[in-house]
Amino acid sequence: MSTPRSTTAMLHISTPEGVTFSLPLAGPVPRAVALMVDYAVMMLIMKALMMATGLLAVVSHDAGLAGQVLSQFILSFGYGSICELLFNGQTLGKRVLGIRVMDERGLRLRPSQVIIRNLLRIVDMLPMFYAVGGVFCLFSRRSQRLGDLAAGTVVVRTVKMTAPDIAGIMGGKYNSFRQHPHLEARLRQKITPDEAQLALAALVRHEELETQAVVKLFAEMAARFRAKVKFPDETEFGLSDEQYVRNVVDSLYRRAGKV
Amino acid sequence: MIIDLARFVEKERPHWKALEKALDGIQSQTLDLSDLKESRRVLALFQRACSDLARVGQANAEPELRIYLEALVARGYGEIHSAQTYVSRFRPLHWFLRIFPQTFRRQVWAFYLSVTLTAVGMLVGGILLVADSDGRQVALSPFPHVANQTPSERVADEEKAERSKLEMFEERKTSFSAGLMANNIGVSIKAMALGLTWGVGTALLLFYNGVILGAVCLDYMLDGQTVFLLGWLLPHGSFEIPAILIGGQAGFVLARALIGWGTRDGIRSRLRIVVPDLATLIGGVALMLVWAGIVEAFFSQYHAPILPYWVKITFGSGELCLLTAFLWLGGAKGQNKEAAP
Repeated sequence: MSTPRSTTAMLHISTPEGVTFSLPLAGPVPRAVALMVDYAVMMLIMKALMMATGLLAVVSHDAGLAGQVLSQFILSFGYGSICELLFNGQTLGKRVLGIRVMDERGLRLRPSQVIIRNLLRIVDMLPMFYAVGGVFCLFSRRSQRLGDLAAGTVVVRTVKMTAPDIAGIMGGKYNSFRQHPHLEARLRQKITPDEAQLALAALVRHEELETQAVVKLFAEMAARFRAKVKFPDETEFGLSDEQYVRNVVDSLYRRAGKV
Repeated sequence: MIIDLARFVEKERPHWKALEKALDGIQSQTLDLSDLKESRRVLALFQRACSDLARVGQANAEPELRIYLEALVARGYGEIHSAQTYVSRFRPLHWFLRIFPQTFRRQVWAFYLSVTLTAVGMLVGGILLVADSDGRQVALSPFPHVANQTPSERVADEEKAERSKLEMFEERKTSFSAGLMANNIGVSIKAMALGLTWGVGTALLLFYNGVILGAVCLDYMLDGQTVFLLGWLLPHGSFEIPAILIGGQAGFVLARALIGWGTRDGIRSRLRIVVPDLATLIGGVALMLVWAGIVEAFFSQYHAPILPYWVKITFGSGELCLLTAFLWLGGAKGQNKEAAP
Protein backbone atom coordinates (compact mmCIF):
# COMPACT_ATOMS: atom_id res chain seq x y z
CA MET A 1 0.00 0.00 0.00
CA SER A 2 1.38 3.42 -0.87
CA THR A 3 1.41 6.40 1.45
CA PRO A 4 0.52 9.95 0.28
CA ARG A 5 4.26 10.58 0.19
CA SER A 6 4.70 8.48 -2.93
CA THR A 7 1.80 9.95 -4.90
CA THR A 8 2.21 13.66 -4.12
CA ALA A 9 4.88 16.03 -5.46
CA MET A 10 7.12 16.91 -2.55
CA LEU A 11 9.54 19.71 -1.78
CA HIS A 12 12.68 18.23 -0.22
CA ILE A 13 14.94 20.54 1.77
CA SER A 14 18.21 19.59 3.46
CA THR A 15 19.27 21.67 6.45
CA PRO A 16 22.85 22.42 7.55
CA GLU A 17 22.03 20.24 10.60
CA GLY A 18 22.13 17.28 8.21
CA VAL A 19 18.46 16.37 8.11
CA THR A 20 16.12 16.43 5.16
CA PHE A 21 12.48 17.37 5.52
CA SER A 22 9.76 17.16 2.93
CA LEU A 23 6.66 19.23 2.42
CA PRO A 24 3.74 18.26 0.15
CA LEU A 25 3.32 20.67 -2.78
CA ALA A 26 -0.12 21.95 -3.72
CA GLY A 27 -1.20 21.02 -7.23
CA PRO A 28 -3.04 23.22 -9.75
CA VAL A 29 -6.53 22.06 -8.67
CA PRO A 30 -6.49 23.22 -5.02
CA ARG A 31 -4.73 26.38 -6.14
CA ALA A 32 -7.43 27.09 -8.73
CA VAL A 33 -10.19 26.47 -6.17
CA ALA A 34 -8.40 28.77 -3.68
CA LEU A 35 -8.24 31.41 -6.39
CA MET A 36 -11.98 31.14 -6.99
CA VAL A 37 -12.63 31.54 -3.26
CA ASP A 38 -10.35 34.59 -3.29
CA TYR A 39 -12.23 36.09 -6.23
CA ALA A 40 -15.49 35.64 -4.33
CA VAL A 41 -13.94 37.33 -1.27
CA MET A 42 -12.59 40.15 -3.43
CA MET A 43 -16.03 40.70 -4.91
CA LEU A 44 -17.50 40.95 -1.42
CA ILE A 45 -14.80 43.38 -0.30
CA MET A 46 -15.35 45.40 -3.48
CA LYS A 47 -19.06 45.52 -2.78
CA ALA A 48 -18.34 46.81 0.75
CA LEU A 49 -15.87 49.37 -0.58
CA MET A 50 -18.40 50.54 -3.17
CA MET A 51 -20.89 51.13 -0.39
CA ALA A 52 -18.28 53.02 1.65
CA THR A 53 -17.23 55.16 -1.32
CA GLY A 54 -20.92 55.64 -2.09
CA LEU A 55 -21.24 57.27 1.34
CA LEU A 56 -18.21 59.41 0.52
CA ALA A 57 -19.94 60.42 -2.71
CA VAL A 58 -22.70 62.01 -0.63
CA VAL A 59 -20.11 64.53 0.56
CA SER A 60 -18.24 64.75 -2.76
CA HIS A 61 -19.18 62.87 -5.93
CA ASP A 62 -15.66 63.32 -7.30
CA ALA A 63 -13.99 61.97 -4.16
CA GLY A 64 -16.38 59.01 -4.14
CA LEU A 65 -15.50 58.16 -7.72
CA ALA A 66 -11.78 58.53 -7.00
CA GLY A 67 -12.18 56.22 -4.00
CA GLN A 68 -13.85 53.62 -6.20
CA VAL A 69 -11.12 53.76 -8.85
CA LEU A 70 -8.30 53.52 -6.30
CA SER A 71 -9.90 50.85 -4.13
CA GLN A 72 -10.60 48.67 -7.19
CA PHE A 73 -6.99 49.07 -8.31
CA ILE A 74 -5.49 48.40 -4.88
CA LEU A 75 -7.75 45.39 -4.36
CA SER A 76 -6.93 43.82 -7.72
CA PHE A 77 -3.16 44.22 -7.32
CA GLY A 78 -2.84 44.24 -3.54
CA TYR A 79 -5.26 41.65 -2.12
CA GLY A 80 -2.89 38.71 -2.59
CA SER A 81 0.20 40.57 -1.42
CA ILE A 82 -1.42 42.08 1.67
CA CYS A 83 -3.03 38.80 2.78
CA GLU A 84 0.11 36.74 2.19
CA LEU A 85 2.27 39.29 4.02
CA LEU A 86 -0.04 39.49 7.01
CA PHE A 87 -1.21 35.88 7.31
CA ASN A 88 1.96 33.83 6.90
CA GLY A 89 1.67 33.18 3.16
CA GLN A 90 -2.07 32.60 3.12
CA THR A 91 -4.99 34.38 1.50
CA LEU A 92 -8.47 33.48 2.69
CA GLY A 93 -8.87 31.07 -0.23
CA LYS A 94 -5.57 29.37 0.56
CA ARG A 95 -6.52 29.12 4.22
CA VAL A 96 -9.81 27.43 3.31
CA LEU A 97 -8.00 24.97 1.02
CA GLY A 98 -5.22 24.34 3.55
CA ILE A 99 -2.37 25.61 1.38
CA ARG A 100 0.17 28.39 1.82
CA VAL A 101 2.98 30.17 -0.02
CA MET A 102 6.50 29.57 1.21
CA ASP A 103 10.06 30.18 0.12
CA GLU A 104 11.31 27.41 -2.16
CA ARG A 105 14.41 27.01 0.05
CA GLY A 106 12.31 26.70 3.18
CA LEU A 107 13.46 30.05 4.55
CA ARG A 108 11.17 32.78 5.82
CA LEU A 109 9.06 34.32 3.07
CA ARG A 110 10.47 37.75 2.13
CA PRO A 111 8.04 40.65 1.49
CA SER A 112 9.69 41.25 -1.90
CA GLN A 113 8.92 37.66 -2.91
CA VAL A 114 5.25 38.07 -2.00
CA ILE A 115 4.97 41.36 -3.91
CA ILE A 116 6.69 40.08 -7.05
CA ARG A 117 4.79 36.75 -7.22
CA ASN A 118 1.53 38.69 -7.02
CA LEU A 119 2.48 41.42 -9.50
CA LEU A 120 3.70 38.91 -12.08
CA ARG A 121 0.28 37.29 -11.92
CA ILE A 122 -0.70 39.49 -14.90
CA VAL A 123 1.55 37.39 -17.14
CA ASP A 124 0.32 34.10 -15.65
CA MET A 125 -3.24 35.21 -16.42
CA LEU A 126 -2.49 35.57 -20.15
CA PRO A 127 -4.15 35.11 -22.58
CA MET A 128 -7.16 34.25 -20.36
CA PHE A 129 -8.19 32.09 -17.38
CA TYR A 130 -4.61 31.67 -16.11
CA ALA A 131 -3.64 29.66 -19.19
CA VAL A 132 0.09 30.50 -19.04
CA GLY A 133 0.31 30.04 -15.26
CA GLY A 134 -1.78 26.85 -15.37
CA VAL A 135 0.38 25.22 -18.03
CA PHE A 136 3.60 26.12 -16.18
CA CYS A 137 2.11 24.85 -12.93
CA LEU A 138 1.17 21.53 -14.55
CA PHE A 139 4.58 20.89 -16.05
CA SER A 140 6.76 22.43 -13.34
CA ARG A 141 8.52 19.96 -11.05
CA ARG A 142 7.56 22.14 -8.07
CA SER A 143 4.08 23.10 -9.36
CA GLN A 144 5.20 26.70 -9.81
CA ARG A 145 3.54 29.29 -12.02
CA LEU A 146 5.77 31.92 -13.65
CA GLY A 147 5.31 34.35 -10.75
CA ASP A 148 6.41 31.66 -8.29
CA LEU A 149 9.42 30.77 -10.41
CA ALA A 150 10.55 34.39 -10.58
CA ALA A 151 9.91 35.08 -6.89
CA GLY A 152 11.41 31.77 -5.69
CA THR A 153 8.23 30.65 -3.97
CA VAL A 154 6.19 27.44 -3.87
CA VAL A 155 2.70 26.67 -2.65
CA VAL A 156 2.60 23.82 -0.13
CA ARG A 157 -0.15 22.02 1.71
CA THR A 158 -0.28 23.02 5.37
CA VAL A 159 0.52 20.25 7.81
CA LYS A 160 -1.22 19.99 11.15
CA MET A 161 1.16 20.73 13.99
CA THR A 162 0.09 18.27 16.69
CA ALA A 163 2.22 15.38 17.84
CA PRO A 164 0.36 12.05 17.42
CA ASP A 165 -0.78 10.22 20.56
CA ILE A 166 1.05 6.93 20.14
CA ALA A 167 0.82 6.01 23.81
CA GLY A 168 -2.96 6.04 23.56
CA ILE A 169 -3.11 3.36 20.87
CA MET A 170 -3.78 0.57 23.33
CA GLY A 171 -6.58 2.63 24.82
CA GLY A 172 -5.85 1.19 28.29
CA LYS A 173 -6.69 -2.37 27.21
CA TYR A 174 -4.68 -5.38 28.32
CA ASN A 175 -2.45 -7.02 25.71
CA SER A 176 -2.87 -10.77 26.14
CA PHE A 177 0.20 -11.42 23.92
CA ARG A 178 2.43 -10.26 26.78
CA GLN A 179 1.88 -13.66 28.43
CA HIS A 180 4.00 -15.16 25.61
CA PRO A 181 7.28 -13.20 25.40
CA HIS A 182 8.90 -15.83 23.17
CA LEU A 183 6.06 -15.47 20.61
CA GLU A 184 6.26 -11.68 20.83
CA ALA A 185 10.00 -11.96 20.09
CA ARG A 186 9.21 -14.13 17.05
CA LEU A 187 6.64 -11.53 15.98
CA ARG A 188 9.34 -8.81 16.11
CA GLN A 189 11.59 -11.01 14.00
CA LYS A 190 9.06 -11.93 11.34
CA ILE A 191 7.19 -8.67 10.84
CA THR A 192 8.98 -6.20 8.58
CA PRO A 193 9.29 -2.50 9.52
CA ASP A 194 6.96 -1.61 6.63
CA GLU A 195 4.26 -3.95 7.91
CA ALA A 196 4.68 -2.55 11.42
CA GLN A 197 4.42 1.00 10.14
CA LEU A 198 1.31 0.13 8.15
CA ALA A 199 -0.38 -1.42 11.17
CA LEU A 200 0.46 1.58 13.34
CA ALA A 201 -0.83 3.98 10.67
CA ALA A 202 -4.07 1.97 10.39
CA LEU A 203 -4.62 2.25 14.15
CA VAL A 204 -3.82 5.97 14.30
CA ARG A 205 -6.02 6.82 11.34
CA HIS A 206 -8.84 4.29 11.46
CA GLU A 207 -11.31 7.00 12.45
CA GLU A 208 -10.68 8.74 9.13
CA LEU A 209 -11.82 5.66 7.17
CA GLU A 210 -15.28 4.29 6.49
CA THR A 211 -16.52 1.55 8.85
CA GLN A 212 -16.62 -1.21 6.23
CA ALA A 213 -13.13 -0.33 4.98
CA VAL A 214 -11.82 -0.43 8.57
CA VAL A 215 -13.34 -3.89 9.15
CA LYS A 216 -11.84 -5.22 5.91
CA LEU A 217 -8.44 -3.62 6.54
CA PHE A 218 -8.06 -5.05 10.05
CA ALA A 219 -9.32 -8.48 8.90
CA GLU A 220 -6.63 -8.62 6.21
CA MET A 221 -3.93 -7.42 8.56
CA ALA A 222 -4.89 -9.81 11.35
CA ALA A 223 -4.91 -12.73 8.88
CA ARG A 224 -1.45 -11.76 7.65
CA PHE A 225 -0.03 -11.53 11.18
CA ARG A 226 -1.73 -14.77 12.26
CA ALA A 227 -0.05 -16.55 9.36
CA LYS A 228 3.37 -15.35 10.58
CA VAL A 229 3.09 -16.27 14.27
CA LYS A 230 0.49 -18.54 15.83
CA PHE A 231 -0.57 -17.60 19.38
CA PRO A 232 -2.39 -20.19 21.56
CA ASP A 233 -6.16 -20.39 20.95
CA GLU A 234 -7.03 -19.31 24.50
CA THR A 235 -4.96 -16.12 24.02
CA GLU A 236 -6.69 -15.26 20.76
CA PHE A 237 -10.14 -16.23 22.01
CA GLY A 238 -12.65 -13.38 21.78
CA LEU A 239 -10.18 -10.95 20.17
CA SER A 240 -11.58 -8.83 17.35
CA ASP A 241 -9.36 -8.32 14.31
CA GLU A 242 -8.78 -4.71 15.32
CA GLN A 243 -7.75 -5.71 18.86
CA TYR A 244 -5.47 -8.37 17.42
CA VAL A 245 -3.66 -5.76 15.32
CA ARG A 246 -3.57 -3.46 18.37
CA ASN A 247 -1.88 -6.20 20.39
CA VAL A 248 0.62 -6.83 17.61
CA VAL A 249 1.51 -3.12 17.39
CA ASP A 250 1.89 -2.88 21.16
CA SER A 251 4.16 -5.94 21.14
CA LEU A 252 6.28 -4.48 18.33
CA TYR A 253 6.66 -0.91 19.53
CA ARG A 254 6.78 -1.52 23.28
CA ARG A 255 10.22 -1.20 24.75
CA ALA A 256 11.76 -4.62 25.19
CA GLY A 257 11.33 -5.89 28.73
CA LYS A 258 8.79 -3.20 29.68
CA VAL A 259 5.60 -4.57 31.17
CA MET B 1 15.18 -1.29 14.31
CA ILE B 2 11.86 -0.16 15.74
CA ILE B 3 12.23 2.38 18.54
CA ASP B 4 9.83 2.61 21.47
CA LEU B 5 7.71 5.35 19.97
CA ALA B 6 5.43 5.93 22.93
CA ARG B 7 8.37 6.53 25.24
CA PHE B 8 10.18 8.53 22.61
CA VAL B 9 7.20 10.87 22.07
CA GLU B 10 6.61 11.15 25.81
CA LYS B 11 10.24 12.12 26.41
CA GLU B 12 10.62 14.52 23.51
CA ARG B 13 7.21 16.19 23.45
CA PRO B 14 8.13 18.90 26.05
CA HIS B 15 11.11 19.93 23.89
CA TRP B 16 8.94 20.09 20.75
CA LYS B 17 6.35 22.17 22.58
CA ALA B 18 9.11 24.48 23.84
CA LEU B 19 10.40 24.89 20.28
CA GLU B 20 6.87 25.59 19.00
CA LYS B 21 6.46 28.26 21.70
CA ALA B 22 9.83 29.81 20.85
CA LEU B 23 8.97 29.90 17.14
CA ASP B 24 5.64 31.56 17.96
CA GLY B 25 7.62 34.11 19.95
CA ILE B 26 9.98 34.81 17.06
CA GLN B 27 7.06 35.18 14.66
CA SER B 28 5.15 37.55 16.96
CA GLN B 29 8.44 39.32 17.74
CA THR B 30 8.08 38.79 21.49
CA LEU B 31 11.23 36.66 21.59
CA ASP B 32 14.49 38.46 20.96
CA LEU B 33 17.11 36.31 19.26
CA SER B 34 19.76 38.98 19.78
CA ASP B 35 19.90 37.70 23.38
CA LEU B 36 22.73 35.16 23.08
CA LYS B 37 21.44 32.91 25.88
CA GLU B 38 17.97 32.78 24.34
CA SER B 39 19.23 32.20 20.81
CA ARG B 40 21.43 29.32 22.05
CA ARG B 41 18.42 27.76 23.77
CA VAL B 42 16.27 28.02 20.61
CA LEU B 43 19.08 26.62 18.46
CA ALA B 44 19.53 23.70 20.85
CA LEU B 45 15.80 22.96 20.71
CA PHE B 46 15.85 23.12 16.92
CA GLN B 47 18.87 20.84 16.68
CA ARG B 48 17.18 18.40 19.03
CA ALA B 49 14.08 18.38 16.81
CA CYS B 50 16.34 17.77 13.78
CA SER B 51 17.97 14.88 15.56
CA ASP B 52 14.54 13.47 16.51
CA LEU B 53 13.45 13.69 12.88
CA ALA B 54 16.57 11.80 11.81
CA ARG B 55 15.89 9.08 14.42
CA VAL B 56 12.24 8.77 13.42
CA GLY B 57 13.23 8.60 9.75
CA GLN B 58 15.73 5.81 10.41
CA ALA B 59 13.22 3.88 12.48
CA ASN B 60 10.68 3.98 9.64
CA ALA B 61 8.20 5.08 12.26
CA GLU B 62 4.62 6.20 12.25
CA PRO B 63 4.09 8.63 9.33
CA GLU B 64 2.01 11.09 11.32
CA LEU B 65 4.85 11.60 13.78
CA ARG B 66 7.33 12.08 10.96
CA ILE B 67 5.03 14.58 9.23
CA TYR B 68 4.66 16.50 12.50
CA LEU B 69 8.41 16.59 13.04
CA GLU B 70 9.08 17.58 9.43
CA ALA B 71 6.62 20.48 9.78
CA LEU B 72 8.26 21.53 13.06
CA VAL B 73 11.78 21.34 11.61
CA ALA B 74 10.62 23.17 8.43
CA ARG B 75 9.19 25.98 10.54
CA GLY B 76 12.27 26.14 12.75
CA TYR B 77 14.57 26.12 9.74
CA GLY B 78 12.65 29.03 8.17
CA GLU B 79 12.74 31.13 11.33
CA ILE B 80 16.28 30.35 12.48
CA HIS B 81 18.18 30.35 9.20
CA SER B 82 16.47 33.39 7.64
CA ALA B 83 18.39 36.64 7.80
CA GLN B 84 15.62 39.08 6.88
CA THR B 85 13.40 40.93 9.31
CA TYR B 86 9.62 40.99 9.53
CA VAL B 87 7.44 43.46 7.62
CA SER B 88 6.64 45.42 10.76
CA ARG B 89 10.30 46.43 10.95
CA PHE B 90 10.08 47.99 7.50
CA ARG B 91 11.16 51.65 7.53
CA PRO B 92 9.37 53.40 4.64
CA LEU B 93 11.42 56.61 4.71
CA HIS B 94 14.72 54.78 4.83
CA TRP B 95 13.54 52.52 2.01
CA PHE B 96 12.41 55.38 -0.22
CA LEU B 97 15.21 57.85 0.45
CA ARG B 98 18.13 55.39 0.51
CA ILE B 99 17.29 51.92 -0.77
CA PHE B 100 15.29 53.01 -3.82
CA PRO B 101 17.95 55.34 -5.34
CA GLN B 102 20.71 52.87 -4.44
CA THR B 103 18.83 50.09 -6.23
CA PHE B 104 18.21 52.36 -9.21
CA ARG B 105 21.94 53.04 -9.53
CA ARG B 106 22.89 49.39 -9.02
CA GLN B 107 20.74 48.46 -12.02
CA VAL B 108 21.25 51.68 -13.99
CA TRP B 109 22.34 49.75 -17.12
CA ALA B 110 18.73 48.62 -17.52
CA PHE B 111 17.51 52.21 -17.16
CA TYR B 112 19.84 53.29 -19.98
CA LEU B 113 18.44 50.45 -22.09
CA SER B 114 14.89 51.68 -21.38
CA VAL B 115 15.89 55.22 -22.35
CA THR B 116 17.55 54.02 -25.56
CA LEU B 117 14.52 51.97 -26.66
CA THR B 118 12.14 54.84 -25.88
CA ALA B 119 14.41 57.25 -27.80
CA VAL B 120 14.43 54.90 -30.81
CA GLY B 121 10.64 54.74 -30.58
CA MET B 122 10.45 58.56 -30.45
CA LEU B 123 12.61 58.76 -33.54
CA VAL B 124 10.35 56.32 -35.39
CA GLY B 125 7.28 58.27 -34.18
CA GLY B 126 8.81 61.46 -35.51
CA ILE B 127 9.60 59.87 -38.88
CA LEU B 128 6.04 58.48 -39.12
CA LEU B 129 4.66 61.94 -38.39
CA VAL B 130 6.63 63.78 -41.05
CA ALA B 131 6.45 60.96 -43.66
CA ASP B 132 2.80 61.57 -44.64
CA SER B 133 -0.62 62.33 -43.19
CA ASP B 134 -1.45 58.63 -42.80
CA GLY B 135 1.65 58.25 -40.64
CA ARG B 136 0.38 61.03 -38.36
CA GLN B 137 -2.98 59.28 -37.99
CA VAL B 138 -1.24 55.99 -37.17
CA ALA B 139 1.20 57.47 -34.68
CA LEU B 140 -1.45 59.51 -32.86
CA SER B 141 -4.24 56.92 -33.13
CA PRO B 142 -4.39 56.28 -29.33
CA PHE B 143 -5.36 59.96 -28.88
CA PRO B 144 -8.11 60.81 -31.42
CA HIS B 145 -8.62 64.28 -29.87
CA VAL B 146 -4.96 65.06 -30.66
CA ALA B 147 -5.02 63.38 -34.09
CA ASN B 148 -8.16 65.17 -35.26
CA GLN B 149 -6.93 68.66 -34.38
CA THR B 150 -3.78 70.55 -35.20
CA PRO B 151 -1.77 71.47 -32.08
CA SER B 152 -2.53 75.17 -32.70
CA GLU B 153 -6.26 74.47 -32.73
CA ARG B 154 -5.98 72.51 -29.50
CA VAL B 155 -3.90 75.19 -27.79
CA ALA B 156 -6.42 77.83 -28.84
CA ASP B 157 -9.26 75.69 -27.44
CA GLU B 158 -7.44 75.11 -24.17
CA GLU B 159 -6.55 78.79 -23.70
CA LYS B 160 -10.09 79.95 -24.46
CA ALA B 161 -11.68 77.32 -22.27
CA GLU B 162 -15.00 78.54 -21.10
CA ARG B 163 -15.73 78.97 -17.43
CA SER B 164 -18.36 76.21 -17.56
CA LYS B 165 -15.81 73.75 -19.04
CA LEU B 166 -13.31 74.60 -16.31
CA GLU B 167 -15.97 74.22 -13.64
CA MET B 168 -16.86 70.79 -15.08
CA PHE B 169 -13.21 69.76 -14.83
CA GLU B 170 -12.99 71.13 -11.29
CA GLU B 171 -15.76 68.74 -10.34
CA ARG B 172 -13.93 65.62 -11.51
CA LYS B 173 -10.25 66.29 -11.07
CA THR B 174 -9.83 64.02 -8.01
CA SER B 175 -11.27 61.01 -9.86
CA PHE B 176 -9.26 62.02 -12.96
CA SER B 177 -6.12 61.98 -10.80
CA ALA B 178 -7.01 58.57 -9.35
CA GLY B 179 -7.65 57.19 -12.84
CA LEU B 180 -4.26 58.46 -14.04
CA MET B 181 -2.46 56.88 -11.08
CA ALA B 182 -4.18 53.51 -11.54
CA ASN B 183 -3.56 53.46 -15.29
CA ASN B 184 0.09 54.51 -15.14
CA ILE B 185 1.00 52.20 -12.26
CA GLY B 186 -0.72 49.39 -14.18
CA VAL B 187 1.40 50.15 -17.27
CA SER B 188 4.60 50.17 -15.17
CA ILE B 189 3.72 46.84 -13.57
CA LYS B 190 3.08 45.46 -17.05
CA ALA B 191 6.46 46.78 -18.24
CA MET B 192 8.14 44.92 -15.38
CA ALA B 193 6.08 41.73 -15.69
CA LEU B 194 6.75 41.49 -19.42
CA GLY B 195 10.39 41.01 -18.48
CA LEU B 196 9.27 37.36 -18.15
CA THR B 197 9.18 37.26 -21.97
CA TRP B 198 12.99 37.57 -21.85
CA GLY B 199 12.49 41.32 -22.11
CA VAL B 200 10.83 41.26 -25.55
CA GLY B 201 7.47 42.44 -24.21
CA THR B 202 9.11 45.17 -22.13
CA ALA B 203 11.11 46.38 -25.14
CA LEU B 204 7.99 46.49 -27.35
CA LEU B 205 6.01 48.38 -24.72
CA LEU B 206 8.74 51.00 -24.27
CA PHE B 207 9.24 51.32 -28.02
CA TYR B 208 5.49 51.82 -28.57
CA ASN B 209 5.33 54.45 -25.81
CA GLY B 210 8.31 56.15 -27.47
CA VAL B 211 6.57 56.19 -30.88
CA ILE B 212 3.52 57.99 -29.44
CA LEU B 213 5.59 60.37 -27.34
CA GLY B 214 7.86 61.22 -30.27
CA ALA B 215 4.94 61.83 -32.64
CA VAL B 216 3.04 64.04 -30.17
CA CYS B 217 6.12 66.11 -29.29
CA LEU B 218 7.17 66.66 -32.90
CA ASP B 219 3.59 67.47 -33.91
CA TYR B 220 3.48 70.33 -31.38
CA MET B 221 7.02 71.51 -32.19
CA LEU B 222 6.45 71.63 -35.95
CA ASP B 223 3.27 73.62 -35.35
CA GLY B 224 5.18 76.17 -33.26
CA GLN B 225 3.64 75.12 -29.94
CA THR B 226 6.83 74.06 -28.13
CA VAL B 227 6.16 76.35 -25.14
CA PHE B 228 2.63 74.94 -24.67
CA LEU B 229 4.01 71.40 -25.02
CA LEU B 230 6.66 71.99 -22.35
CA GLY B 231 4.13 73.69 -20.07
CA TRP B 232 1.69 70.81 -20.55
CA LEU B 233 4.12 67.88 -20.34
CA LEU B 234 6.89 68.92 -17.96
CA PRO B 235 4.98 69.26 -14.65
CA HIS B 236 3.71 65.67 -14.64
CA GLY B 237 5.89 64.15 -17.37
CA SER B 238 9.06 64.87 -15.42
CA PHE B 239 7.92 62.13 -13.01
CA GLU B 240 5.60 60.06 -15.21
CA ILE B 241 8.02 59.35 -18.07
CA PRO B 242 11.00 58.43 -15.82
CA ALA B 243 8.65 56.24 -13.78
CA ILE B 244 7.59 54.24 -16.85
CA LEU B 245 11.28 54.01 -17.82
CA ILE B 246 12.10 52.64 -14.35
CA GLY B 247 9.24 50.13 -14.78
CA GLY B 248 10.98 49.06 -17.99
CA GLN B 249 14.27 48.98 -16.09
CA ALA B 250 12.75 46.47 -13.66
CA GLY B 251 11.54 44.42 -16.66
CA PHE B 252 15.04 44.26 -18.12
CA VAL B 253 16.56 43.35 -14.75
CA LEU B 254 14.12 40.43 -14.60
CA ALA B 255 14.88 39.49 -18.21
CA ARG B 256 18.63 39.49 -17.57
CA ALA B 257 18.17 37.22 -14.56
CA LEU B 258 16.14 34.83 -16.73
CA ILE B 259 18.66 34.84 -19.56
CA GLY B 260 21.65 34.61 -17.22
CA TRP B 261 23.83 37.03 -19.09
CA GLY B 262 27.08 37.82 -17.29
CA THR B 263 26.84 35.29 -14.46
CA ARG B 264 27.48 31.62 -13.84
CA ASP B 265 24.80 31.27 -11.16
CA GLY B 266 21.81 29.01 -11.79
CA ILE B 267 18.48 30.54 -12.80
CA ARG B 268 16.95 30.18 -9.33
CA SER B 269 19.92 31.92 -7.68
CA ARG B 270 19.88 34.68 -10.29
CA LEU B 271 16.19 35.35 -9.77
CA ARG B 272 16.60 35.20 -6.00
CA ILE B 273 19.22 37.94 -6.15
CA VAL B 274 17.13 40.36 -8.24
CA VAL B 275 13.71 39.91 -6.58
CA PRO B 276 14.32 42.53 -3.82
CA ASP B 277 15.55 44.99 -6.47
CA LEU B 278 12.42 44.41 -8.57
CA ALA B 279 10.13 45.03 -5.60
CA THR B 280 12.06 48.18 -4.67
CA LEU B 281 12.02 49.58 -8.21
CA ILE B 282 8.31 48.95 -8.74
CA GLY B 283 7.49 50.36 -5.28
CA GLY B 284 9.42 53.54 -6.07
CA VAL B 285 7.69 53.78 -9.44
CA ALA B 286 4.27 53.53 -7.77
CA LEU B 287 5.11 56.45 -5.45
CA MET B 288 6.43 58.54 -8.34
CA LEU B 289 3.26 57.91 -10.30
CA VAL B 290 1.05 58.91 -7.38
CA TRP B 291 2.82 62.27 -7.41
CA ALA B 292 2.58 62.50 -11.23
CA GLY B 293 -1.16 61.76 -11.09
CA ILE B 294 -1.73 64.54 -8.55
CA VAL B 295 0.30 67.05 -10.57
CA GLU B 296 -1.35 66.09 -13.88
CA ALA B 297 -4.87 66.52 -12.54
CA PHE B 298 -4.36 69.52 -10.27
CA PHE B 299 -1.68 71.48 -12.13
CA SER B 300 -0.93 70.36 -15.71
CA GLN B 301 -4.48 70.85 -16.98
CA TYR B 302 -4.47 74.58 -16.26
CA HIS B 303 -3.01 76.69 -19.04
CA ALA B 304 -2.33 80.38 -19.70
CA PRO B 305 -3.80 82.79 -18.95
CA ILE B 306 -4.89 81.02 -15.72
CA LEU B 307 -1.42 79.61 -15.13
CA PRO B 308 1.47 81.23 -17.07
CA TYR B 309 3.59 78.78 -19.03
CA TRP B 310 6.82 80.00 -17.44
CA VAL B 311 5.47 78.94 -14.04
CA LYS B 312 4.61 75.48 -15.33
CA ILE B 313 7.91 75.05 -17.16
CA THR B 314 9.93 76.25 -14.17
CA PHE B 315 7.99 73.92 -11.86
CA GLY B 316 8.44 70.94 -14.21
CA SER B 317 12.14 71.65 -14.77
CA GLY B 318 12.67 71.97 -11.02
CA GLU B 319 10.97 68.61 -10.48
CA LEU B 320 13.15 66.98 -13.13
CA CYS B 321 16.35 68.38 -11.56
CA LEU B 322 15.26 67.21 -8.11
CA LEU B 323 14.38 63.75 -9.40
CA THR B 324 17.70 63.43 -11.22
CA ALA B 325 19.61 64.50 -8.12
CA PHE B 326 17.56 62.13 -5.96
CA LEU B 327 18.10 59.11 -8.23
CA TRP B 328 21.79 59.70 -8.81
CA LEU B 329 22.80 61.00 -5.39
CA GLY B 330 20.14 59.72 -2.95
CA GLY B 331 21.50 57.35 -0.32
CA ALA B 332 25.05 57.76 -1.64
CA LYS B 333 26.39 58.96 1.73
CA GLY B 334 27.59 55.98 3.69
CA GLN B 335 26.62 53.54 0.91
CA ASN B 336 30.11 52.01 0.82
CA LYS B 337 30.07 51.64 4.59
CA GLU B 338 26.70 49.85 4.41
CA ALA B 339 27.94 47.55 1.66
CA ALA B 340 31.04 46.56 3.63
CA PRO B 341 30.72 43.23 5.46
